[in-house]
Amino acid sequence: MATVELSFTALPAHVRTARLVATAVARRSGVDESLLDEVRLAVGEACSRAVEGHQLYCPAEPVRLALTDQAGRFEVEVTDTCAPGARWPGSPGGGEGARGGDSNPAGSHPGEEAYSRIGAGLGIAVIEGLADDVQISETSAGTSIRMSWPLPEAVR
Amino acid sequence: MDLKLDHHSKDGIEIVDVEGEIDVYTAPRLRELLIELVNNRFYQLVVNMEKVEFLDSTGLGVLVGGLKRVRAHDGSLDLVCTQERILKIFRITGLTKVFGIHDTVDEAISARRAEK
Repeated sequence: MATVELSFTALPAHVRTARLVATAVARRSGVDESLLDEVRLAVGEACSRAVEGHQLYCPAEPVRLALTDQAGRFEVEVTDTCAPGARWPGSPGGGEGARGGDSNPAGSHPGEEAYSRIGAGLGIAVIEGLADDVQISETSAGTSIRMSWPLPEAVR
Repeated sequence: MDLKLDHHSKDGIEIVDVEGEIDVYTAPRLRELLIELVNNRFYQLVVNMEKVEFLDSTGLGVLVGGLKRVRAHDGSLDLVCTQERILKIFRITGLTKVFGIHDTVDEAISARRAEK
């Protein structure tokens, strides 16, 4: 049973809310202060990725965020409901609509797509660089990114 | 807080002051500003990130896109940042090798002048 569950409409504006909630729950769960920035950024990356995927493939469906502290770890799970095999932002071959913040065709010129692809891989790179443990899995319902950080002995 | 953007010229280089959070929601505004500057023929840019509170990969993508645009005109895009939590993102993604990252705006300007 998650300590906190959050379900939000797939809009970029809500990603900040998800970050704030995750950081507050992590702090309340006892995650070390020095790790809170990492939790905030990794959760933001996972939620951004889910929101962009939903906007491309299933905009009416909400993104789910579950925050749990158990067995000495603080665990975050971000779940999307895009069909498996969808060309995800940040996945190999995830071309059009791939994230990176510069994929807007307005003002584009030769080489633009190549740079969008560079940006596309950054989100996952950041998550893997930040979270203590990361598992990305595809289910029949969509994709989930599960990340966790250790809790100090004192709060276990 | 939201994103606050401003820019001014100093020693022939356009300084872009960024304050607040750069994420999937706000990054498009920074992208639009960088595009606007390049369209107005400002090809030497310094992005001052000393007041940035949050930066994610969407923001990194915008900065890489800006760098590409100015380089297409033999220009430059340097960064000013001393905050460890922001610098960490550049290190994780290997972008410290792509951008010139300086401690102050004056240092960024001097370094750019020295390369000319």
